[in-house]
Amino acid sequence: MSLRTEEMVLNMGPQHPSTHGVLRLELVLEGEVVHDVKPHIGYLHRCFEKHAEAMTYPQVVPYTDRMDYLASMYNNFGYVEAVEKLMGIEVPERVEYIRVIMGELQRIASHLVALGTYGLDLGAFTPFLYLFRDREKILTLFEETCGARLLYNYMWVGGLSHDIHPDFVRKTKEFIDYFRPTVTELNELLTYNKIFIERTANIGVCPAKEAINLGLSGPNLRGSGVKFDLRKNDPYSIYNKFDFEIPVGEGLVGTVGDCWDRYYVRVQEIEQSLRIIEQAIDQIPEGDVKSAVPRRVKPPKGHIYHRVEAPKGELGYFIISDGTVNPARVKVRAPSFVSLSAIGEIAKGYLVADVVAILGSLDIVLGEIDR
Amino acid sequence: MQDYISEITGSDVIAFIVGTLPPLAFMVVFTLFAVWLERKVSAHMQDRLGPMRVGWHGSLQTLADFLKLLQKEDIVASATDKALFNIAPYLVFAGTFLAYAMLPFTSFYIGSNADVGIFFILAVSGFVVAGLLMAGWGSNNKYSLYGAMRSAAQIVSYEIPTALVILTMLMIYGTMSLNEISMQQAGYIWDWGIFGGSLPGIAKFLIIPFMLVAFIILFISTLAETNRTPFDLPESESELVAGFSTEYSGVKFAMFFLAEFANMFLVSSILVVFFFGGYQSPIGYLGNLLGVEWLVPVEQTFWFIAKGLFFVFVQMWLRWTLPRVRVDQLMTICWKYLIPYAFFNLLIVGLILLI
Repeated sequence: MSLRTEEMVLNMGPQHPSTHGVLRLELVLEGEVVHDVKPHIGYLHRCFEKHAEAMTYPQVVPYTDRMDYLASMYNNFGYVEAVEKLMGIEVPERVEYIRVIMGELQRIASHLVALGTYGLDLGAFTPFLYLFRDREKILTLFEETCGARLLYNYMWVGGLSHDIHPDFVRKTKEFIDYFRPTVTELNELLTYNKIFIERTANIGVCPAKEAINLGLSGPNLRGSGVKFDLRKNDPYSIYNKFDFEIPVGEGLVGTVGDCWDRYYVRVQEIEQSLRIIEQAIDQIPEGDVKSAVPRRVKPPKGHIYHRVEAPKGELGYFIISDGTVNPARVKVRAPSFVSLSAIGEIAKGYLVADVVAILGSLDIVLGEIDR
Repeated sequence: MQDYISEITGSDVIAFIVGTLPPLAFMVVFTLFAVWLERKVSAHMQDRLGPMRVGWHGSLQTLADFLKLLQKEDIVASATDKALFNIAPYLVFAGTFLAYAMLPFTSFYIGSNADVGIFFILAVSGFVVAGLLMAGWGSNNKYSLYGAMRSAAQIVSYEIPTALVILTMLMIYGTMSLNEISMQQAGYIWDWGIFGGSLPGIAKFLIIPFMLVAFIILFISTLAETNRTPFDLPESESELVAGFSTEYSGVKFAMFFLAEFANMFLVSSILVVFFFGGYQSPIGYLGNLLGVEWLVPVEQTFWFIAKGLFFVFVQMWLRWTLPRVRVDQLMTICWKYLIPYAFFNLLIVGLILLI
């Protein structure tokens, strides 16, 4: 005689502590084993793309801030570059340098949140606060530069809203000197913790081929061992001037493409970002950051797809211009959206507790998914 | 103590009621203190200050929080199983509270100086499991049910290594009364259980490594029994929101909370009694030295609570350092590692005692 068992449907979210925002995951479970995960999104939908059609090009920039609110600088970065490309604007060197520095600082800040909340998902509370303490220092740097801590509206089409603070270079260097050792601290406290490895190694394995098929990008793709980084593979801005490496998942403690690899790629990327900042910070040329800002942003008729390597992956802007001051269409390829869509494939067959680990390792931000 | 009070009042009932008050008072005061301590410990580990506003360094914060909890509406969702839902927190609390009856705070005061001692504690801990299951089932919430099932499975599993280690220790002491066990460790620090207690000659030295193993096993399994990190799966908020207590609010939630923190001290004091001399002072008594008799029980209470608090602190320390294990890994630790080790330990200690 066999017992008749039923699959149980568990709604994780929208009010659940580890869904990283307002997300509902519909889990189909048998016991504690996950049979299927269906993400239900849209709780944070703000009609960004439709809004953009009613705005002028520069007015869209603050809206991009609000997509991936943990990496606003990079959202600005992608958007303004797309519009500049559409209009054929050459921005001054100084602007490019500052943008890259800000972008990489933002990448570190975003990764710090990702790593910290990941620890939190797995029950380690303390690393989270350590990392937030360090992120705070980056936010202070941003605040001194542009007055905002989260939503910067810093990068303008053709330039920047403010020049950097006279102390910025010194303070950034101080920050790098302070911050480098804390990465080691993180590794000792969390990365190589036995329990942490047990929880993440061989969990949520996503082989390279599957990762490519699912359209993953950024650290999630590199975690699967694919050496693909838009900063190297499709260089934009002035990234080809800097020397840095692309860390990929190597399966150091488990299989290539498991949660630990995705986590560790982010840890290593922090170091690479520090390297880029170090190289860039000494070479910032003199100049006026607003010299190339056009009086009227009115691109010619046409369309463009421009992609940048945002902290969470490939952030693409597809903009159609009808020759007026308002964009006819702005479509965003949000990396988190693609990452989230992969969770059903990745989480199948693991336990409920692993869903939390896998979701955390994909590092999604709902603001970007729902837009 | 009961006898003394019943002599004064001439009533056994009053004597029993009065006799239960000290452990109850201790539980409440300890919980208030431990919650504050937990906040402070976590805060200082995380570069924060923790509560600072209410009282000196926030020392009255938990009292304020507790009063707030008492004022809260007692929400009972319509789909709950009312009877189970309402009884559960009190049952959990009762299980912990009953166990306190057996704790020897000093050689002069013990809630109930029964011979079964530790056996009773293990038995009434079963109430807690029943209470948690009732809470999980009665809440009619999937997260609560998961939390309760995990909790029950975890506590029941970890009772086995706990019992095996306790059995080992009972072979050495030859009694189940916690008071007598503590008495056997009288003297100085090297007379404590972890250093082989009062065993004679060579056996004392042979047994020390096995005592260490026993201590570590007991410590790990009691961590699991109190649902503390790294074994706090029943309440792992990133997975199960708040586990079995998700649907509770107000006084009932406070009961769970009280039971949880009281349980922390309970398991710590079991460790202390078996391995660290119970209420015995490591350095001798000032009372004996000065010839002031009433000072001895005060000192004993001090040592008992201080040692207990130390292990409570270690539990907090671990909680704010480690991530949490997964449910199957939790079971692996118990069944594949702790139980065999505890069993071997039992055999070897038995052999040593025979020699």
